[in-house]
Amino acid sequence: MRKVYLSVIGFSLLCRLNSYAQTRQDTSLYTKPAASLYSPVNSTDTSTYNPRALKIDEIDFVTSYYGQTGDHSAVTGGIGTEQVTDIANSLTLNLVWQNKPQKKNTLAVGLGFDYHSAASQAFVSKTGASSPTGTRIYPSLDLTVENTKTGNAFGLGAYYSGEYNYQSLGADLHFSQKTADKNGEFSAKLQGYFDQVKLIYPSELIPTSTTTVVTSASGTSSGGGTHANIPSSPRTTLSASFSYSQMINSRLQVMFLGDLVTQHGYLSLPFHRVYFTNGKDTVEHLPSSRFKLPLGFRLNYFLGDNIILRTYYRYYQDNWGIKSNTVGIEVPYKITPFFSISPFYRYYNQSAAKYFAPYETHSPTDEYYTSNYEYSKFNANFFGVGFRVAPPKGVFGWQGLHELEIRYGHYTQTTDLASDVVSLSLGFK
Amino acid sequence: MIKRLVSVTACAVLMLSVTSCVHLKEYQKSRLNDSEMALGNRKVEKNELNFESYREAASGANAGKTGGGCGCN
Repeated sequence: MRKVYLSVIGFSLLCRLNSYAQTRQDTSLYTKPAASLYSPVNSTDTSTYNPRALKIDEIDFVTSYYGQTGDHSAVTGGIGTEQVTDIANSLTLNLVWQNKPQKKNTLAVGLGFDYHSAASQAFVSKTGASSPTGTRIYPSLDLTVENTKTGNAFGLGAYYSGEYNYQSLGADLHFSQKTADKNGEFSAKLQGYFDQVKLIYPSELIPTSTTTVVTSASGTSSGGGTHANIPSSPRTTLSASFSYSQMINSRLQVMFLGDLVTQHGYLSLPFHRVYFTNGKDTVEHLPSSRFKLPLGFRLNYFLGDNIILRTYYRYYQDNWGIKSNTVGIEVPYKITPFFSISPFYRYYNQSAAKYFAPYETHSPTDEYYTSNYEYSKFNANFFGVGFRVAPPKGVFGWQGLHELEIRYGHYTQTTDLASDVVSLSLGFK
Repeated sequence: MIKRLVSVTACAVLMLSVTSCVHLKEYQKSRLNDSEMALGNRKVEKNELNFESYREAASGANAGKTGGGCGCN
């Protein structure tokens, strides 16, 4: 540890010397061109305000394919297939206009659509006859007003996410302020998600007071059950997110991030089974409140002329007994100024929640219980590579397509879950 | 673990306090303004962050979403 401290102090002193080396007087202020026939000295200011009409600034399209295998499905009580495939697509339209001097308005209109197939979903019905597929649609709106002189911004957003068994409505207020020298920025975001969890139980555990016979998380069953009159239960998530970013020198910048998240309501999922030591099964039961505290740190360093280090660390703790560390590093290498290749690696670990136990190990006397391996103790590794192309004349010579990114990653957990994800992002101007 | 966290935080604070930040002019920010240097997530990471938040108990502090959506399967 002493070596670490000495190294840090040494690095800091080096940075300090570096900072002195860069504080010479800025002579660029004195290079104002002399008056010419084209710019007479006493010319009047012609930079009067002109409102700018609404225009499309950028369109972003992201599509991903996600494939997963595993053998600890929560639907079947911590055993059974976790095979999932998911195709996710989202389109964001960024509209910009200026109706007042120094006020830039940006409206981001987003729409996402996912299609998934989950083998375990079929076993919401005891016989495995439920539909294993489902869809999700998620539109969003975000309006940001920025003062172009100070760089400060204020905005609000709204979201919706709809799946057959889960509806989510969200809203946020966000604010950011730059420091006087514009080398630092503080941001804050207040978010609220107001969700409804449809109470779709495993077929053998449907309460007798309910007449519903639907036995699928996607709302279909081979038995042709009715879709109406399924009660829902609310889940509310409130969060306050804060960040502060700072440019340290011309190559180094850092960011501190912190969230305070509180959840209330039905935090279990009704079609997750739990098998007790006596062999009987029931549905997962978790506390109705949860408080989460994630703290993060980013450090990006431009090393040399074409290598960049992007690093990330997060510590997480919640009141369900979970503690977690996440470390990430990505090293973009700029083969040309407009083409880069970025290998990345992410390590994650977490301790188990107080309420987790594997298949048939919960006692019937437990107050809370789950066999969802998301709450188990595990480590995870995620590695892969990304490519980014952003030539000034457009990708493939097409001026409208200004940026293309492709990224592939392979993810493994010590729970034996493994997945692959490949994503494509296109930016149009 | 807590001791390690405190040590890392102390190191980070010490590093930043000893290293007074340079007042950068706009023309000195060319590297910092490079798109690869952005202190946020890449657009192409959007769905990766989703699956990580669904498969892991920890989430947040990454400028991503902290709620919404089921991720049930």
